[in-house]
Amino acid sequence: MRVDMQTLYLVVPLAPLFGAIVAGLFGRLVGRTGAHVVTIAGVAVSFIASVLVFQDVLAGHTFNGTVYTWMTLGDLHFEVGFLVDALTAMMMLVVTFVSLMVHVYTIGYMHDDPGYQRFFSYISLFTFSMLMLVMSNNFLQLFFGWEAVGLVSYLLIGFWYTKETAIYANLKAFLVNRVGDFGFILGIGLVLAHFGSLDYATVFAKAPSLARETITLWPGAPWMLMSVIGILLFIGAMGKSAQFPLHVWLPDSMEGPTPISALIHAATMVTAGIFMVARMSPLYELSDTALSFIMVIGAITALFMGFLGMVQNDIKRVVAYSTLSQLGYMTVALGASAYSVAVFHLMTHAFFKALLFLAAGSVIIAMHHNQDIRYMGGLKKYMPITWVTSLIGSLALIGTPFLSGFYSKESIIEAAKISHLPGAGFAYFAVLAGVFVTAFYSFRMYFLVFHGKERFHQGHGHGNEPDAHHGHDGAGHDGAHGQDHGGQPHETPWVVTGPLLALALPSLAIGYMTIEPMLFGDFFGRAIYVADRHPVMHELDQEFHGAMEMGLHALTTLPFWLAAAGVGLAAFFYLKRPDIPAAIARRFKFLHQMLLNKYWFDELYSWVFAQGALALGGGLWRRGDQNVIDGFFVNGSAHLVERFSRLVKAFQSGYIYHYAFAMLIGVFALVTWFARLN
Amino acid sequence: MLNNLLSLVIWVPILAGVIVLATGSDRNAALARWLALAGALLGLIVAIPLATGFDTATSAMQFVEKAAWIPAFNVHYHLGVDGISMPLILLNSFITVLVVIAGWQVIQDKVAQYMAAFLIMSGLINGVFAALDGILFYVFFEGMLIPLYLIVGVWGGPNRVYAAFKFFLYTLLGSLLMLVSMIYLYFQSGGSFDIQTWHTTALGMTAQTLMFFAFLLAFGVKVPMWPVHTWLPDAHVEAPTGGSVVLAAITLKVGAYGFLRFILPIVPDASHELAWFVILLSLTAVAYIGLVALVQADMKKLIAYSSIAHMGFVTLGFFLFNPLGAEGGLVQMISHGFVSAALFLCIGVMYDRLHSRQIKDYGGLVNKMPVFAAFFMLFAMANAGLPATSGFVGEFMVIMAATQVNFWFAFVAATTLILGAAYTLWMYKRVVFGAVSNPHVEEMRDISLREILLLGVLAVCVLVMGLYPKPFTDVMHASMVDLLAHVAQSKLP
Repeated sequence: MRVDMQTLYLVVPLAPLFGAIVAGLFGRLVGRTGAHVVTIAGVAVSFIASVLVFQDVLAGHTFNGTVYTWMTLGDLHFEVGFLVDALTAMMMLVVTFVSLMVHVYTIGYMHDDPGYQRFFSYISLFTFSMLMLVMSNNFLQLFFGWEAVGLVSYLLIGFWYTKETAIYANLKAFLVNRVGDFGFILGIGLVLAHFGSLDYATVFAKAPSLARETITLWPGAPWMLMSVIGILLFIGAMGKSAQFPLHVWLPDSMEGPTPISALIHAATMVTAGIFMVARMSPLYELSDTALSFIMVIGAITALFMGFLGMVQNDIKRVVAYSTLSQLGYMTVALGASAYSVAVFHLMTHAFFKALLFLAAGSVIIAMHHNQDIRYMGGLKKYMPITWVTSLIGSLALIGTPFLSGFYSKESIIEAAKISHLPGAGFAYFAVLAGVFVTAFYSFRMYFLVFHGKERFHQGHGHGNEPDAHHGHDGAGHDGAHGQDHGGQPHETPWVVTGPLLALALPSLAIGYMTIEPMLFGDFFGRAIYVADRHPVMHELDQEFHGAMEMGLHALTTLPFWLAAAGVGLAAFFYLKRPDIPAAIARRFKFLHQMLLNKYWFDELYSWVFAQGALALGGGLWRRGDQNVIDGFFVNGSAHLVERFSRLVKAFQSGYIYHYAFAMLIGVFALVTWFARLN
Repeated sequence: MLNNLLSLVIWVPILAGVIVLATGSDRNAALARWLALAGALLGLIVAIPLATGFDTATSAMQFVEKAAWIPAFNVHYHLGVDGISMPLILLNSFITVLVVIAGWQVIQDKVAQYMAAFLIMSGLINGVFAALDGILFYVFFEGMLIPLYLIVGVWGGPNRVYAAFKFFLYTLLGSLLMLVSMIYLYFQSGGSFDIQTWHTTALGMTAQTLMFFAFLLAFGVKVPMWPVHTWLPDAHVEAPTGGSVVLAAITLKVGAYGFLRFILPIVPDASHELAWFVILLSLTAVAYIGLVALVQADMKKLIAYSSIAHMGFVTLGFFLFNPLGAEGGLVQMISHGFVSAALFLCIGVMYDRLHSRQIKDYGGLVNKMPVFAAFFMLFAMANAGLPATSGFVGEFMVIMAATQVNFWFAFVAATTLILGAAYTLWMYKRVVFGAVSNPHVEEMRDISLREILLLGVLAVCVLVMGLYPKPFTDVMHASMVDLLAHVAQSKLP
């Protein structure tokens, strides 16, 4: 029985890998149908295997073992292996389920794209990489998966490689992530240096004995080892999970096709950082400094990225900023030692955010690849399934009682309130204010898209504000077009709406169903560790009296009314009085510009880092290499030799009388010398 | 037969080179090519038993051959390999085959001489790695410069003479100091040129320090280390594709190999005392050269600078004095052999079609050469040190080792994660992605079967080494541990 389970563990990541290889290397041979059949079959097998693994884990079986040894150096072993516990099993389910939905959806969305097979190959490869990441039992393989998902993200953002904005965005995404990885690998280095192993189990077991260990990074200022390791690892998470100030790549990643925005840039890859911190809970629990740092970063991201969502007009970018903000929420929960809450929100968010992205994609298809919400409106009656599912997704996102997002978000707010770490007060304020902001931007988009006047005949979104990036690239890239030019928009085919419906179900109910076992039961068991001196989960448990009770109670609390106010204000502004937001934008021109320009982070980074590195590199090259080393030393010594030779050459004139004259002088000098001696 | 394996590995390619040379003028070019390929393959085949018959459990020299050569000075024809030199001999024999294939169509002028130069050089470089006698080493070490000098000087670009001279003088300067050191060692060791005897020769600190700098210059120029690196970009730019491949993949390794065979074991106390100096130079190479690579407009120069930065990891790893770092350095050498060879071949593929190495002359290649773009992407990612490629393994090991020694060493070294990705992928973006940028690119054809074969073989190497580096580290582990144990002991009298 156990042996069979181990085969199953291997099947989970390898099935998508097989699909990716077939679709990628033999794409021409298997054709378009062949490519999607083989990849979907691969992911489906992986999903089914994940379900079986999940049941096995529920039955109390966990696994920690090696698949193969990557490298050995004496006593030091680097291995590829799996750790399958509740946290892993849950992530496997989420990843394979969302991936499966996205694979099916892609049949419709990428219908006419010439890179059809390549796309399927990439998303299957992504699924493989993500599974290797979550199933890892050591830091090395974690880093493998970490970088591999980054690679596929890079390839997919730049999927339409002739589009200048896309190939700019993918380079940016890769490099910003590399900044995070820079911290991440140093953190791993410190782990190896101090624990002598990269194996999770060994490291976690040894962690308490190193809790008081300090290291001196610069003279006179010892740091707690655990704080340094925790913060460095978290810098990696800041890159991957797009936390402030490494958030700048995620909005630009929307240049990629919509299915990957759902799969990679909302549901799974960007949550890798959250997963990682939860996985490392035995380490993070040893450092309040690191936890505070995490909480503050998360709070900044949750609130300030939410603000940006309020002024976006590109449908995908609104959802992207919403993702940033929600990732901030999860991070706040991590900082409050409420790891299971963070992972719980990760799960609910994966469903409703994938749903929102895919629904946005469905709208984009119907709108003939115009992504500007100012040129939509009234789509409700044309696209009933997209409309209903979008509404469900939006309601779940803003935390409507009884829907999935409510349970996870409400728990995060409570956790921030209870936490006593430095920064918790600010975090509580941020996540609370974020509720209003989330509700406002979500329903601003919802009303502009599905309600109000039909504006889609007014033009095709050649809006003139600076950050409207459109899905247009003229060359007939993505899309099964739901609308002929000039005709009425209509609902998208079943391969698109099917996944929407399949995702709408968990968006509705998964929170209600699972909050009790996941947060307060022992679902996670020993997968997540919380120290006794961090009472947040314990106090949450005290307050919790069942999912039904929690939903009812919420109707009387602040977050609910903040959300309601957000929705109400959005309705008033965008359905009744569209002149008011315009007037506000004019009145507070600076603030509006600041939000439109995303606080000028792109400009700042471009100026400081990109231009700065180029200037520095150019300076070093011209001054250092060309002037000093080559100019002075290399060619300089050559010239010195040449000058010396020229000097010496003068004596070798070949004229007898020159030599005779020189000899004469020599004789004269010698005679004088000897004369003096005598 | 097996007793003379190392002799075969050295002399088979040289003999093949002489035979190829005998085909004479370009009328027999086809014959010269096939003979060269046969010679290179034969060279690789005779090298394979070195790997299959290698005993990974011992750090002792294997496949040893010893015969008197110049009895008057106690000079021997003494060969042998350990876990450090054996992989390098295989790498060299392997790259030689690729280089012959790479020059198949491009070289139409003096074909026999071109092929012969590479074959003879291959044999000489094997000699460098196998020699256990100081004088024998020196002869091979200097001898290999001659074919390389000719390759750059005869088949090179417009500014080839400057580049060839610069390269030759630069490296000659260092070697002369090395010769002086060797003669000193001869007297100190009581009249022996045996390298292993030198390893146990007691030496005072002053002598060690002086020799340290002499050897450092000799080998540092070859590596090349900052600041004696400026010959490399010039040499690469002017060299033909094959020359660049050998230069990057093999010749640089000769310098790094010298650190392991000479500097560390012969002057261990000075090595420890001056480790900070080498580490400083290595870290400068990683960060400074990484930034310089960023601004290069010429693809070959860019990869040349990238090579210098990657070799910085090699020397850094050696002077951390722990197995992880030292083996990481050696792994990085082998990986860089694959990756830099592949990248120079990629640039060669583009150059053959467009006759430009300037990034700005390209753009949108993927539209016309999708297969090539896929290969190029793999090698670019390997150059950026992505896990699952060979480029990751060495860098990872060295960064891990550096953290154990000093956090800030690791900090500077890890900037390569950002810089390496920045210069490699930015170049890739400008060359490969985007819309077709000009009519010349529009006419480019995707790679031929011959080119697919070349790049495919290297792609397999890069991936295998990235996914399963264990066989590589297993081979070198015993020798490295022994070397480090040896270095830990003082040789002061």
